[in-house]
Amino acid sequence: MSKLGLAAALAGALVALGMGGRWGDAAQAGGTVTGRVKFTGTKPTMRRIDMSEETACAAKYATPPTEESVVVNANGTLANVFVYVKSGLPATYKAAPATAPVVLDQDGCRYHPHVFGIMVGQPLHIKNSDPLAHNIKSKGKANRPFNISQPNVSRTPTVRTFTAPEVMVALECNVHGWMQAYAGVLPHGFFAVTGADGSFTIPRLPPGTYTLEAWHERYGVQTATVTIAGTETKTAEFTFAAK
Amino acid sequence: MTSHAATPAAGHAHHDDRSFVARYVFSTDHKIIGIQFLFLSLFFLLVGGVLAMQMRWQLGFPNQPMPGGGILPETWATDGVLLPEYYIQLVTMHGTFMVFFAIMPLLVGVYANFLIPLKIGAHDMAFPRINMASFWVAFLAGGVMLSSMFVPEGPSRAGWTMYAPLSARPDLSGVQLGQQLWCVAIVLLGLSSILGSLNYITTVINNRAPGMTWFRLPLSVWSLFITAILGLLALPVLSGAGIMLLFDQTIGTHFFDTTAGGQALLWQHLFWFFGHPEVYILILPAMGMVSDIIANGSRKPIFGYHSMVFAIVGIGFLSWIVWGHHMFMSGMNPTLGSTFMVTTMIIAVPSAIKVFNWLGTMWEGDLHFHVPMLNAVGFVAMFVIGGLSGVFMAATPVDMPIHDTYFIVAHIHYVLFGGSLFALFGAITYWYPKMFGRMMNERWGKVHFWLTMVFFNLVFFPMHNLGMGGHMRRIYDPTVYTFLGPMQGLNRFISLAAFALFTVQAIFAFNFLWSLFRGKPAGANPWRDNGLEWSLPNPAPHGNWERVPTVYRGPYEFSHPQASEDFLPQHVKLPGDQEPASAKGAAR
Amino acid sequence: MNWWLPLKGSTFAGPIDGLFTAILIITGIAFVVVEAGVLWFSVKYRHREGRKARHTHGNLTAEIIWTAIPAVTVIILGVVSNVYWKRIKGRDSVPADAYPIAIHAKQFEWRVTYPGPDGQLGTDDDFTVRNQLHVPVNRNVVFELTSEDVIHSFWVPVFRLKQDAVPGMTIRAWVQPTVTGEYELGCAELCGMQHYRMRARVYVQSVAEFDAWLSEQIQEGAAS
Repeated sequence: MSKLGLAAALAGALVALGMGGRWGDAAQAGGTVTGRVKFTGTKPTMRRIDMSEETACAAKYATPPTEESVVVNANGTLANVFVYVKSGLPATYKAAPATAPVVLDQDGCRYHPHVFGIMVGQPLHIKNSDPLAHNIKSKGKANRPFNISQPNVSRTPTVRTFTAPEVMVALECNVHGWMQAYAGVLPHGFFAVTGADGSFTIPRLPPGTYTLEAWHERYGVQTATVTIAGTETKTAEFTFAAK
Repeated sequence: MTSHAATPAAGHAHHDDRSFVARYVFSTDHKIIGIQFLFLSLFFLLVGGVLAMQMRWQLGFPNQPMPGGGILPETWATDGVLLPEYYIQLVTMHGTFMVFFAIMPLLVGVYANFLIPLKIGAHDMAFPRINMASFWVAFLAGGVMLSSMFVPEGPSRAGWTMYAPLSARPDLSGVQLGQQLWCVAIVLLGLSSILGSLNYITTVINNRAPGMTWFRLPLSVWSLFITAILGLLALPVLSGAGIMLLFDQTIGTHFFDTTAGGQALLWQHLFWFFGHPEVYILILPAMGMVSDIIANGSRKPIFGYHSMVFAIVGIGFLSWIVWGHHMFMSGMNPTLGSTFMVTTMIIAVPSAIKVFNWLGTMWEGDLHFHVPMLNAVGFVAMFVIGGLSGVFMAATPVDMPIHDTYFIVAHIHYVLFGGSLFALFGAITYWYPKMFGRMMNERWGKVHFWLTMVFFNLVFFPMHNLGMGGHMRRIYDPTVYTFLGPMQGLNRFISLAAFALFTVQAIFAFNFLWSLFRGKPAGANPWRDNGLEWSLPNPAPHGNWERVPTVYRGPYEFSHPQASEDFLPQHVKLPGDQEPASAKGAAR
Repeated sequence: MNWWLPLKGSTFAGPIDGLFTAILIITGIAFVVVEAGVLWFSVKYRHREGRKARHTHGNLTAEIIWTAIPAVTVIILGVVSNVYWKRIKGRDSVPADAYPIAIHAKQFEWRVTYPGPDGQLGTDDDFTVRNQLHVPVNRNVVFELTSEDVIHSFWVPVFRLKQDAVPGMTIRAWVQPTVTGEYELGCAELCGMQHYRMRARVYVQSVAEFDAWLSEQIQEGAAS
């Protein structure tokens, strides 16, 4: 093996050793993309969830909960939008799956979080905080489906991992038909979910030109392009219109 | 070695130079094949029991960690508490193993193979190599079914009745490979049964000894013969349905998928068209062997031998036209339900005839309650309960509240355990000396019988009440329902009795295994019986007789006025007896 | 501890329970006769020194008697059963005035749809409730049973009513509840791993209460 090849292999090994965090190459700071997802048009009414026959869950709410397929924030932004890097990472880029688990909790007969991102191979810890039975059915197409029960408050979480990238894997409870969650499974850690202020931040991007995609469970997808040169912060905005 | 009829003398009976493998592993000897089925089936009986104990834990102590539950994988139990999907798998596999791999092979694979040639006076079955294949295919089927427990997601979750569409859709049942393996194993088992049936039917028709006319056949042989016909015609339907189900799961057919032009009820019709003859397969041989044993224990001819034969044939015939009684609530046309109700009511009659004839046999008898007789009389006492409970279900309006409740579970277990399994305890004890040359221990046999009888009733009788109260089947956690609350104490009681019942079977297991090595060596005819098999040494040698005996009378001539003893074997010639006119079956 | 059948909550319960009891008496007599026979013979004819069994092959009269009596009994039971069966389940038996409620079974919930003020299912004023069945007492109600996915079974113990819901079929089952109160409904056909949780509450209400509940649901539905 040539000296150059040996050096490259050593560098690669160092990079690999440095991994463990969510953003592959921990040594580099990288650039950041940030932005907001706006919502225009009339906010749709979300139906009230009928939890009358599930008293242990209904008791956890002061006012009856509503469905959460469209959550428009007070500032006119959209929550639960999954924003991620769809393409643009260098071909040699490889990230080891993060070891910190993503926790999916069933509380008050709702999934928390409703939308989340997870890396391929990263552990998903599913726990039940309700004193009643839920089942978690994952309806992946690229990922092997699973369907498991948690009949009561769980002492230890059930752990699953996804083996293939898939945007999005739908999860549902069949005992409580309103319970839905969505998992964005990616081979890298460059993703975010908008929250109560409708904003997202994806840091530590290596230099490159990226296609970002924003996914919403009812309003579909939108894309934007962003170029990162070094350690700057760029913004990207998405707007979904009411249908 | 010798495969079929013609050549006399060569290699029969005493001279046996086969290798160990040919003698005991890949044997074509019907007796060895019967013994192989015996060990295979007793193993699966144990497996089925272990699964049941776990079910009873969850039902008796819902949502509490099961002792030893920590060793179960996390897909089956969390912190020792059984998961709902595992519970359903237990339910499914308990039924599957017990019906297909324990009771059916115990009655048919063991006793059709072991007894038919011995009791009709033949050297072996008509097709010994096909017979050997029948065992090894069953062995393979059992292995495949067992393997389904250990694949990802585990075994099937659709109940032993495997109703579609739940069984056809992995996305709805949550099980893919395990479900497919179930279908494969069932098709293999069907093949084994069919191969066996071919032998049993042909051998009984063709290979009877001279003088063994149809109406001199013991009732055990009659019942095994009719059972074999049922099996030959019913198992292909199950296998066909299993293949269709496998195709729905794998290659994109939609036989049972109504969203794509299929029919959900089609599975039920196919399954129960097989399933009802199947349950008669599971009881007729038991009835036949019980008849032999009761006549022996009473030292009296069977009362109403001809009626008994007609009852067996009648049950066999009627069993084909009652299957819809499993489907009264299914959405099948109610008028069709009426016709099935009529046929089902009628099929109660031949069973009633048999019960009265057994009583008639005991009447004015000289009753010796050896262990087989205890179990045979126990069979009558328990089977009658199971049969009578069936009348409730046959009455269609009453079936509405009791269908798919524990009333049905009580009925099933009274006929299969109270019936078939007690008959098997008796039969295993009775023909043990013929198989192994030793006797099982009499005292432990009696202890086992009485304890089993007590605990069996404590477990299954209260299930009638659970069913009357509305307790559904296959429910993981009865405490979800307020109306079941007052009955939960009964569930706990049943579970505790079930643990005791299971533990008591260790007595039988120990007796069976210990006696193989240390049982009292059996005399020539330890039960003082009339069957042809008792004219042979214990254990019976390869090829059975050098020259098959001639038969002069029926099988139940106990306490015959012209006999010096209280039994008179079929092959013993009295001064007044004539030689049989024909040498039916080859004279050899 | 509950040893017997549940409360009689519909017009079916009387005849069904009556038939159950009749069968219990008949089978009870047969049970006693056989078991007493077994016990008595076991004692009376047990082996004692010098006993000989009677050498007989049977008795034709006995055969005829114990064939005829069971046969006649089951025929009578069959005829009586069929009368009630047709009345309850016959496809033409649904009363014309029966109030329609659609019950859509799915893994693992019951979606109960009421016809709204126009009394017709399938129109815009229908509303759906999860796992709750409200019915008016002393009125005929007909359930239109459908299934989303696998075979479920609609089972209300106090009504004595059970009917499978089959995907691809709409099956009608009717009942007339007779006792007000709060009861339960369960799924009586294994439908998957949460089969045990397919429980719904059944409210049999006076007509006034039922109408009031209907109005309340419609108003709430309009508001949300």
